[in-house]
Amino acid sequence: MDMNFNQHISQQFNADLEGIRNQMLAMGGLVQRQVADSIEAICSGDTSSADKIIQREDDVDAMEVKIDQECTHILVRRQPAASDLRMVLAVSRVVRDLERMGDEAAKVAIHALEVANGNQAASKMCNQSIHHMGNAVVKMTSDALDAFARHDVKGAIEVVRSDKMVDEQYASAIRELSTYMMEDPRSIGQAINILWILRAIERIGDHARNISEQVIYLVSGTDVRHSSLSEMEEQAQSDLPDNT
Amino acid sequence: MNTSMQHIENHITTGIPLSDKPKLSARNVDVFYGDKQAIHDVTLDIGANEVIALIGPSGCGKSTFLRTLNRMNDTIDICSIKGEILLDDENIYGPDVDTVPLRARVGMVFQKPNPFPKSIYDNVAYGPRIHGLAQSRVELDETVEKSLQRAGLWNEVKDRLHSPGTGLSGGQQQRLCIARTIAVDPEVILMDEPCSALDPIATAKIEELIDDLREKYTIAIVTHSMQQAARVSQRTAYFHLGQLIEVNPTKQVFTTPQHELTEAYITGRFG
Repeated sequence: MDMNFNQHISQQFNADLEGIRNQMLAMGGLVQRQVADSIEAICSGDTSSADKIIQREDDVDAMEVKIDQECTHILVRRQPAASDLRMVLAVSRVVRDLERMGDEAAKVAIHALEVANGNQAASKMCNQSIHHMGNAVVKMTSDALDAFARHDVKGAIEVVRSDKMVDEQYASAIRELSTYMMEDPRSIGQAINILWILRAIERIGDHARNISEQVIYLVSGTDVRHSSLSEMEEQAQSDLPDNT
Repeated sequence: MNTSMQHIENHITTGIPLSDKPKLSARNVDVFYGDKQAIHDVTLDIGANEVIALIGPSGCGKSTFLRTLNRMNDTIDICSIKGEILLDDENIYGPDVDTVPLRARVGMVFQKPNPFPKSIYDNVAYGPRIHGLAQSRVELDETVEKSLQRAGLWNEVKDRLHSPGTGLSGGQQQRLCIARTIAVDPEVILMDEPCSALDPIATAKIEELIDDLREKYTIAIVTHSMQQAARVSQRTAYFHLGQLIEVNPTKQVFTTPQHELTEAYITGRFG
């Protein structure tokens, strides 16, 4: 009896699962670049890359559809169970989050162009918050994908922790933005662009958190969506005594 | 992750092998064919009105275990058993137990449909006749009709009750065998791969039937189809090399099995 549990009896099944996992990580790489470039565009004010970011959005969409179709094929052909089932479900959910992150990155790029073409005096509003939040979500995106690739629950929980910080920074940036608008109503047009950008960055953080939740599901089978950070930590400890 | 055979020596079953309201209870059961031990120290409850699926690779002992539950192994000379099997707290291997009424209480359906070379009516009436369960022809007619209805076959055969049972399709023959089993009003039904010789539609009908039968009976089913185990059972027991590795609610076994051998088997990493 073959006792190598890393391989399926069907080599093709191994290849199929490996295929969706690798494609998802490649899609993640592309989305990570989209997010980083869009943050770079808004922080540096150099919007030359914005058009490219908006164009590449189509590639991200196409990858989502293709990977999701392959997940469907695996479900139909293999009726996967246990960790294989969790891999297919997790990949299918993660590509959806990645696609939305791509959308948000494109939104940042679109509004970066509008900010660059608008009132220059007001274009620096919340500059620091955008910079901090932007760098945080770029790192979170990359960390969430790393955690997925390495089945790293601890790493996934760190991303969830960072998302909490990004949410706090977002709330504080909105308060700052309201102050600008009250002080100078002429800045409202720009402020709305900045608001959209902050909102998009905050959403990218939420999607990175969702990906991390899928890492926990993939590894332990526990669905931690809608759980608090402390509940997640507790769950991870009870599921994985070796991982504490 | 390479697992050696040592890994499962003296294995203590993972999960929940016991039930709150057991119908059949196996306690520390060992089964031997001559010198060869086929089942090692299996303790498992089958709860009243539950469907339990027994799964595992060929030669893992699941069918052997199933056959201990109504002493079908008695028919094999070299087969011996240690431990206890309790049906409603009474040891079925006790010295005074007669296997004929026992097998009426714990009925069995086999892999290949095996209708007697008799009419449909006589197939179903056979058990009630030999056990003296019907006092009159009218009562026997009622039992036959009720059993065929419960087996979901009545509408298909009511106009040809006196044609040979062997003239039915495979799926109909299997439902006839189920009708024959339930005609003697058993408490437990054992099924040994009841659908492996049937097409998908006949299989779906039997699975639907298993779900209906659960209201009245306790069912243990051995199956090689993991999807079937997932569809019909509430608990799943995974056997490996004669040991009971894991018993857990079916939903859990197929999404997050606790033991790595269960995981490896149901994901098709060996078998």
